[in-house]
Amino acid sequence: MNRYRFVLYRPLQLLPVLVGISIITFVLIRSIPGDPVRVLLGPRSTPSAIERIREQFGLNEPLWVQYLYFVKNLFHGEMGRSILYKVDVLKLIVSRIEPTLVLVGGSVLLALAITIPLATIAARRRGSLADHVIRLVSTAGLGLPAFWLGIMLIIVFSVQLDLFPVSGYGRTFLDKLHHMVLPCLTAALALSAVLTRNLRASLLAELNSDQATAARARGLPENQVFWRHVMPNSLVPTINLLAINIGWLISGTVVLESVFAIPGMGQLLVRGIFTRDYMVVQGVAMCFALATVMVNFLADILTVTADPRVKL
Amino acid sequence: MTAILRTGTGRTGFRLSFGGGPLPLYLGGAIILGWFVLALLAPVVAPYDPIYQDVAARLQPPSLAHWFGTDNFGRDILSRVIWSARIDLQIALFGVVFPFIIGTVLGSCAGYFGGWIDTILMRIIDVVLAFPFLVLMMAIIVILKPGLSSFYVAMALVGWVSYARLVRAQILVIKSSDFVVAATSLGYSHSRIMFRHLLPNAILGSVVFSMSDAVLVLLNGAAISYLGLGVQPPTAEWGIMIAEGQSFITSAWWITTFPGIAIVTLAMGFSLLADGLGEKLGVRE
Repeated sequence: MNRYRFVLYRPLQLLPVLVGISIITFVLIRSIPGDPVRVLLGPRSTPSAIERIREQFGLNEPLWVQYLYFVKNLFHGEMGRSILYKVDVLKLIVSRIEPTLVLVGGSVLLALAITIPLATIAARRRGSLADHVIRLVSTAGLGLPAFWLGIMLIIVFSVQLDLFPVSGYGRTFLDKLHHMVLPCLTAALALSAVLTRNLRASLLAELNSDQATAARARGLPENQVFWRHVMPNSLVPTINLLAINIGWLISGTVVLESVFAIPGMGQLLVRGIFTRDYMVVQGVAMCFALATVMVNFLADILTVTADPRVKL
Repeated sequence: MTAILRTGTGRTGFRLSFGGGPLPLYLGGAIILGWFVLALLAPVVAPYDPIYQDVAARLQPPSLAHWFGTDNFGRDILSRVIWSARIDLQIALFGVVFPFIIGTVLGSCAGYFGGWIDTILMRIIDVVLAFPFLVLMMAIIVILKPGLSSFYVAMALVGWVSYARLVRAQILVIKSSDFVVAATSLGYSHSRIMFRHLLPNAILGSVVFSMSDAVLVLLNGAAISYLGLGVQPPTAEWGIMIAEGQSFITSAWWITTFPGIAIVTLAMGFSLLADGLGEKLGVRE
């Protein structure tokens, strides 16, 4: 298959996945026991009020009709109304999307900033003390619970040193950045443990590759061989790994938003779960799934365009 | 791939020999064994009852009487950390075993039979993988009511996909090997070929993966409990202890610190074991 056709056809292959996502979210959320209308009305729940609300939200229709309504509404950009917040779920999500994006983006950048130097040292001085320490720390880092690491960082940097806020998001741009340093650092540290091991391995393989040998034979200084030939090639699988792990990163942000009380989508999801707010849980879960699929799609394209050896 | 093929010969299957193994293998094994013994001997080793509330000794910092201090109910942190090992080891075990079995069976069916079984299964796997792991698990747990058993069900429903993919890929590789062709030409049944000839050779990668998977399962279990969806108080579990201690981080750092260290050490044990086992058996992840 031609590379350009791959880019065009790949989205079509994603269609069944998207349908699957919509079915799973729909079925999952509708099978939750407990009546959301009773939760909504609380002590005011008289039979006639319950009936009126059920009618209003279309909860009396058969399940498959509800699903068709649900898909039809999706095409109109409507994900239903939050039973608790009484606003459109899409609006709710849009208002919560910024902190989550900053958290995910910030941790990826920070993770790369930590990973690249560490993996470089470990790979170029293979077998040295530094290499062993980096490998040991990254192995230990694999088992770091992000939520615990976050609390430890809060204790050290917020409570003891008073450098960063304990929790929340802030109002102005700088204030927001200030609030997001610790959450991003937490996720980045956990992420870089995974990435460093991977990047070190591919750097080692690439250092012994024919093209590196050829570059050395041309008389290029080792530094130039490393940064111009070895590193760019080794980064492709690492960035791919990053993309594959996006779901894991999103899972991490859901927990971290609870740890740091960040008003993002993850917090919305957790709250939606505890208050049985069907539409919100459904909307957020679907958005997260869509984001995962999109990022993986972009990674596929990156791999195909960056590495001519990849067979389609 | 070739390394995996070499480790088993035909129907004899694989054997684990632990002689002369690398350091990570022993270290990882020792850590896990250590926690296992602690968990088993919890009633003997733990100095206090893990849920006994000593109101006179609330929020005590670490001391000789309470090595790891006490929490806001006056419960001994050390005892709670030790007792938690029972729950968290169980989480790591069951959270891996159920997905392992389901994934292996489904994955080998998909790889062996191919056709529409394979197509449908792969599409389902695509959809499950499209969801962030924890998000899907949380959605399932809520339907089932928060608790440990719901966690296992959710883990089984979501976690099997990795094993299915691994085993399927392996089966596809060795399906055309001579010994399988020989078994087929001898007229052996599908199940005999699958379970006696293919699986013993295909499963090695999954066994190694299950060790590193145990790390993720452990962290997920703790995170789910931290969010209030897993193990319920007053049961001692590391994730819950961390959640309960978070309100006291300004005054009592020890409540959250020690359970976290416990998680890190156990997880490190599994990571090391996975590394060592992978190296020893010649399996690359």
